[in-house]
Amino acid sequence: MADVNYEIPEIQDEIETPRLKEGASAHLGPYPAQEKHMAPLGFPAARVEDWQSKGVEKLGELLKKYRSLQVYLDICVKCGACADKCHYYLGTRDPHNMPVQRAELMRGVYRRYFTPAGKLLPGVVRAHDFDEETLKKWVTYFHQCSQCRRCSVFCPYGIDTAEISMAAREIMDSIGVGHKYTTEIVGKVHTIGNNLGIPQPALKGTLEFLEEDMLDTSGHEIRLPLDQPGAEVLLVAPSADFFSEPHIQSLMGYAKVFHQAGISFTISSYASEAANFGMFIGSFDQKRKIAARIAKQARELGVKRLVVGECGHAWRVAYSFWNTLAGPWDFLDPNYPVPQHICEFTYDLYKKGALVFDRDANDDKVVTFHDSCNVARATRMGDRPGGQMMIPRELIRATCNRFVEMDPDTIGEKTFCCGGGGGLLTDELMELRVKGAMPRVTALKRVMEDKEVNFLGLICAICKAQFSKILPIYGIPMETVGGVHQLVSNAIQLGAKRGIV
Amino acid sequence: MPSFELNGRTYETDEDGYLINLADWNQDVAKYLAEGESVDMTESHWEVVNFLREYYEEYKIAPMIRILTKAIGKKLGKEKGNTKYLYDLYPGGPAKQACKIAGLPKPTGCV
Ligand code: SF4
Ligand code: SF4
Repeated sequence: MADVNYEIPEIQDEIETPRLKEGASAHLGPYPAQEKHMAPLGFPAARVEDWQSKGVEKLGELLKKYRSLQVYLDICVKCGACADKCHYYLGTRDPHNMPVQRAELMRGVYRRYFTPAGKLLPGVVRAHDFDEETLKKWVTYFHQCSQCRRCSVFCPYGIDTAEISMAAREIMDSIGVGHKYTTEIVGKVHTIGNNLGIPQPALKGTLEFLEEDMLDTSGHEIRLPLDQPGAEVLLVAPSADFFSEPHIQSLMGYAKVFHQAGISFTISSYASEAANFGMFIGSFDQKRKIAARIAKQARELGVKRLVVGECGHAWRVAYSFWNTLAGPWDFLDPNYPVPQHICEFTYDLYKKGALVFDRDANDDKVVTFHDSCNVARATRMGDRPGGQMMIPRELIRATCNRFVEMDPDTIGEKTFCCGGGGGLLTDELMELRVKGAMPRVTALKRVMEDKEVNFLGLICAICKAQFSKILPIYGIPMETVGGVHQLVSNAIQLGAKRGIV
Repeated sequence: MPSFELNGRTYETDEDGYLINLADWNQDVAKYLAEGESVDMTESHWEVVNFLREYYEEYKIAPMIRILTKAIGKKLGKEKGNTKYLYDLYPGGPAKQACKIAGLPKPTGCV
């Protein structure tokens, strides 16, 4: 166990709803954004003087803009069905991390300024001012929500607390109260092209290094082309795929699939990021700017198809919002989904017989699969309902002999967040991340002990980074964590037969 | 802005103690930062730090671990060219801990 100054949740046989502990995670807040992070995004450099009235004004604006926000603030009946569904509540015990209580931080302000009763009798309807204390709670607890939407699955009215937390962050940014991690990263996408800030020469060097690596290990000349006009496909991967373990294993898996199928592709240095943190900070404008880079490159390079790598929220933005943000995509080949998820892409080729997998290559593994929250609850893959759950599993079954599911209450649309989503994958929130991972770790440990699982298959860069860090703290080796295309990479038969597409 | 004092000079850092100015770095600063991380700098530790700095000078970003392990393997022998060796040297993670001691900015993103 790691050497930390907080209590690591003890893993029980089952996920237990803990006793409340008021203020248990009140001390966990994000590093504030500074002028150099805020100004480039067009946000006030520091907290504005009239922040209270400006904040309320912004809330009013958002209520008009997003009808759903107004509905979510109005219709909660306090039934409590969502209360024990949030991983951060289960892990921290802090009542403000119950989704209903989190949302209440905004509802109180909403009632105070936008409802007749709240204006007249704030005390009676639990309405409160947008004051210093409230803002402090907003900063803290709207950065203890990973916008995973698990609560919305259990709410009889479908109230989506994730949307409330996005709106809260948008309001805070508008008054100059930002989060360093997310704003700094969005800035890097605008100036360099990706979250990590990998400049073109470094990216080029990295990809060449990996090509050499694959030649050494497989004996095949597998390419990772960069900035190649005229390629059939533009591959947009999360930039962690160019930097971290185990992410790069999946990148090599994608490359082998393209190679074996005989489909030309390119990565773009200008649009070298699938992730879109504009969503985490609730900013339509930032989301649009980030997505626009991809559309621009797709046109300039003259590609016919867009394929998105293993990244959860990126797939949500691509699948649900790219059309509005950066469409129309009428210049792309209408015979393929626009955009297409890499799992869909690979699975489709496999079904057509263009790829051959040797399952025995993964015989050292007993695999389980963690559904990423954004993929499971906010997107689709393929043409059947539930395809976003089914296709990654089918791919695992095609590449591995042994696959085991975790507790059904923790997978599919009921999946638990890894604990690091929604722009919280930052070290100052490590305690929150460790505690928030408790439900997933509980389910994982169960199948590790009962079914000998030793590999956690993932399709999200954030999940991979989060679990690589957090599992060792719970005594589970880092090597347990890997991508679905890492399994593909191990099993794919190169040169056996060349694509038939 | 957080900072620390060493030999009569003030060094600016970010909230996590990473140097703000790459040019502020010298061996004493590295030793000071290593101490804060409870890392005892040996010859092998310096090899990693020096490689990181050279790479950063050229590419303006830290290398991915695989490039680092390969370079170390080339220099110090194949048996040392692996992630385990790097984690033995820098238990806090070669990317984050070694970067800090090398005076590089903290890699942030989905890492
Ligand atoms: S969206 Fe997820 S993190 Fe946020 S309150 Fe709901 S369950 Fe918790
Ligand atoms: S489940 Fe829905 S209606 Fe019930 S308390 Fe939670 S948000 Fe309110």
